[in-house]
Amino acid sequence: MALTGIQIFKLLPKTNCKECGVPTCLAFAMNLASGKAELDSCPYVSDEAREKLAEASAPPIRPVKLGKGVRQTTTGGETVLYRHEKTFFNPTVLAATVASDIDAAALDSKLKVYNAFQYERVGLNLRPELLVVKDVGAGAAAFADTAKKIASESEFNLVLMTEDVDVMKAGVEAAGFKRPLIYAATEANVDAMGALAKENDLPVAVKADSVEALIPLTTKLTGMGIKDIVIDSGSREIKQALEDQVAIRRAALKAGNKALGFPTITFPCEMASNLDMETVISAMFVAKYGGIVVMSDFTTESLFPLLLERLNIFTDPQRPMTVTEGIFEIGNPDENSPVVVTTNFALTYFIVSGEIEASKVPCWLLIKDSEGLSVLTAWAAGKFGGDDVGMFVKKCGIMDKVKHTELIIPGYAAAIAGDVEEELPGWTITVGPREAAHLPAFLKSK
Amino acid sequence: MGFEITKESYAGAIKGITIGKGDNTLTIGAESCYPFYQFEGDMPNKPVIAMEIWDMEPQDWPASALAPFKDVISDPAAWAKKCVEEFGAQIIVLQLKSIDPNDQDASPEDAAATVQKVISAINVPLVVWGCTSPAKDEAVLKKIAEVCQGENLILGPVEEKNYKGIGAAAMGYGHTVISSSPIDVNLAKQVNILLENLGVPLNKVIVDPTTGGLGYGLEYTYSVMERLTMAAMTQGDDKLQNPIINNLANEVWKCKEAKQTAEEAPELGDPERRAILMEAVGAVSYFMAGSNIMIMRHPEAIKLAKAFIELISN
Ligand code: B12
Ligand code: SF4
Repeated sequence: MALTGIQIFKLLPKTNCKECGVPTCLAFAMNLASGKAELDSCPYVSDEAREKLAEASAPPIRPVKLGKGVRQTTTGGETVLYRHEKTFFNPTVLAATVASDIDAAALDSKLKVYNAFQYERVGLNLRPELLVVKDVGAGAAAFADTAKKIASESEFNLVLMTEDVDVMKAGVEAAGFKRPLIYAATEANVDAMGALAKENDLPVAVKADSVEALIPLTTKLTGMGIKDIVIDSGSREIKQALEDQVAIRRAALKAGNKALGFPTITFPCEMASNLDMETVISAMFVAKYGGIVVMSDFTTESLFPLLLERLNIFTDPQRPMTVTEGIFEIGNPDENSPVVVTTNFALTYFIVSGEIEASKVPCWLLIKDSEGLSVLTAWAAGKFGGDDVGMFVKKCGIMDKVKHTELIIPGYAAAIAGDVEEELPGWTITVGPREAAHLPAFLKSK
Repeated sequence: MGFEITKESYAGAIKGITIGKGDNTLTIGAESCYPFYQFEGDMPNKPVIAMEIWDMEPQDWPASALAPFKDVISDPAAWAKKCVEEFGAQIIVLQLKSIDPNDQDASPEDAAATVQKVISAINVPLVVWGCTSPAKDEAVLKKIAEVCQGENLILGPVEEKNYKGIGAAAMGYGHTVISSSPIDVNLAKQVNILLENLGVPLNKVIVDPTTGGLGYGLEYTYSVMERLTMAAMTQGDDKLQNPIINNLANEVWKCKEAKQTAEEAPELGDPERRAILMEAVGAVSYFMAGSNIMIMRHPEAIKLAKAFIELISN
C-alpha cells in the first residue's frame, strides 16, 4: 500500500538537484506521498526504486488520456466513491457508434450533424468527445477508411472497435495519429492487441465476461509495460452492470486492487433497443462510475440532458462556480442604459446575462459577490441584503458611468428593495421579474 | 482466490412506510442497501412514480406538457382520474398552486373541497403539496387534514416554520407528513426531531430534501440525498431513516430549456422529446441518490423512468 513521504525519500537520489521543480528530494517525496507530484518528474530515480515507487505513488484509478486535439479528454483518475467526499474529476466521456461500412457521403453528413451538438453553458462548451468505429465485418480497408476520415476531418476522437487484430492494425495505421482507444483486448487476442497498443503507444480497453476475469488480462497488459488501460466487465444487463461499476470502483479505492484501478467503458447501446432507453441508462452511468458511455447514436434531445447531468455531477461540490464581482457591459451600454444587479453565482450570471443579451437592450450588469450563491440562497444566507447591495452599488463605480438613478433588482429579492433605497438616497429601486426569462420583455417595455 | 466485491457495512435501514388507506395502500422504503445495490441488501419496494396535477389551470406549461392532459386540465378530479387510469400513476400529487398568497390566494375551504373531489376520483394514495408559503400552507393543510380525517393523506411540505400546526393536525386526523428542508442534512434532521418531539411518529414522515432542476442545482440535491442515505444506513442515524420524495416535475419543467419552442432553440431539437428526456434523466439521477417517490409530469418520461426501475431491479 501507499508509502509515507519518508519511505519514499529513502528511495530517491538525495541530490536535491531541483529538476523535479521543487527545492529538495524530501519536498518531492512529500508531494509524491500526497499525490501532488508524478514520479516521472524526477529523471534520476533508479529502476529498482522506480518499481517500488510506481506501485505506491500511482493514483488508485489510472487517469487515461484519450485522443488528441480540442476534444482530447481524460477518463479515470477518480479518488472517491461519492462526490461530496471531495469531487469527481474527469467527466464521463460520451460516445456514439459509427458502423465501419458507412459510405463517405453518409459519414460526411453525420459528422456535420454531430459537430453541431455543442452547447454554451456557465461559460463552458458542453459537447460529446468520442466516436466508436465499429467493425461490422466489412473488412479492414473499410474500417481504416472510416476511422481515417473521422480522425482527419472531424474534431471527434476515436474508439476503434474490433476483436480482429488485422482489422485493428489497419485502423491504427489509418487513425493512430489521433491516439484512439483500442477496443478490445480479450482473452483470445490479448497478446497481439497488447503488442499493438504498446508499439503505437495507445490506450487499450480490455473486455472480459466478469469483473474477476478482467484481472488476469489487465495484469498481463501491465506486465507488458502498458499503463493506459480501460476496462469492460462485459455485463450488458443494467442490474449486473451497476454492480460491476460499484465493484470496480470499490476494489480500486477501498481494497487497493491495482488490477482494477482503471476507468471503465460501458455500452448502453447494447443494453436497450431504443435511444431513449439508452439515454436513461447512460444517465445511470454518469452518476455511477462510467468512465466512457457508448450510445448507438447522438441526437441533440438525448445529449443535452446528459451533458447537463454530467456538468452537475462533476462540479466541485466544495466550490460553487463563480464570476468576479464588478460591472459587466452588455451590448455597449451608455449613460442612459438600465442598471441591473444580481449575484456572482456563475449559473445566475450566465442566465441573466444571456437574457439581457437576447433582449438587445444594452445594459450595465452589476455582479455583487455573494460567495457563489443564487439570488434566493444568497438572500437567505445574508449575502445579498439591502445594505450590502446598496453599498456595493455606491462603491462599484457605476455612478460615474450613468446619468440616471434607477436600479433594477431581481424579483426574488423584492424584500430588499426598501433597504437598498435607504442605502441609496435619491435612487429608484425597481423590482424586476422573478424569472430571468421574463427580463427581455421587461427591459423592452421600459 | 476469486474476486469478491468489497461490501458496505450497514448499520441501519430505511423505514418502510405505508401510505394511502383501505385497499389503496402502498408501501415505500424499507430498503437495507444503497439505491439498487441489491448485491448487498434488499430493496423490497421499488421507487414509485407519483403524477402531479394542479388545482388550477397551469399558465406556463409548454405545449408538450399540456398535450396529454388537454381535456382534463381545468378539472383536478378528472385530471387525477386520467393519470391513474390511463397513465398508471401509483400516487397522485395535488399541487395547490391556487393558494399562493402572491397569486390567487384561494381559501383553505376551497382547497379542501378540491382535495375531497380528487380523493373520490382515485384509488391510489394522495399527496397534497402546498405553495411553500409557510403560513398559508399551515392554514390550508390544517383544514385539509381535518376535513379529510382518516384518509391518510400525505401532507407537505412541512418546515421548521409550520411544523407545529400541520404536524398536530396530521397526527390528530391520521395523515402522513412530508418533512422539508433546504438541501441540508442537519436541517432535515432538525425538522424530523421537531416533529417527533411534537408526537408525530417518524414512521409517518417522508423527507423532502428540496429538489433542484437538471442543470439548475441538481448536484446539490443529489449530494444531500447521498449524505442523508449514508447517515441513515451506514451511520445508523435513526432520525434520518425516512423515505425521500422529490418534487421533480415542478423544477425540471420550469427550466428554460424545457419550455423553449423549436423556433426559440433550434439547436435543441424537438421540444417535446427534449423535455421528456430532461425529466427522465433528472429522475434517474435522483433514483441513484436514493429517491423513493418521484413526482413527475409527462407520461412518456414516466414510462422511461418505470422501464428503468424495472430493468435495474430485476
Ligand atoms: C441549490 C440551492 C442551494 C445550494 C446553493 C446553490 C448556490 N450556489 O446558490 C445550497 C445547498 C448550498 C443551499 C444552501 C442554502 N439554502 Co438553498 N436552495 C437551492 C435551490 C434548490 C436552487 C437555487 C439555485 O441554484 N437556483 C438557480 C439560480 C440560477 O437561480 P437565481 O440565482 O435565483 O436566478 C434566477 C432568478 O432569480 C432570476 N434572476 C437572477 N438575477 C436576476 C436579476 C434580475 C434583475 C432579474 C429581473 C432576475 C434575476 O434569473 C434566474 C433564473 O430565472 C433553491 C430552491 C429552488 N428550487 O429555487 C434553494 C433555496 C434558495 N435555499 C434556501 C435556503 C433557506 C438555503 C439556506 C439558508 C439553508 C440553510 N439554512 O442552511 C442555505 C444558505 C447557504 C449558506 N448558508 O451558505 C431557500 C430560500 C428561502 C427563502 N429565500 O425564503 C430556497 C428557496 C429553498 C426553500 N424553498 O426553502 N441552497
Ligand atoms: S529531480 Fe529527483 S533528484 Fe533532483 S531534487 Fe527532484 S527528486 Fe531529487
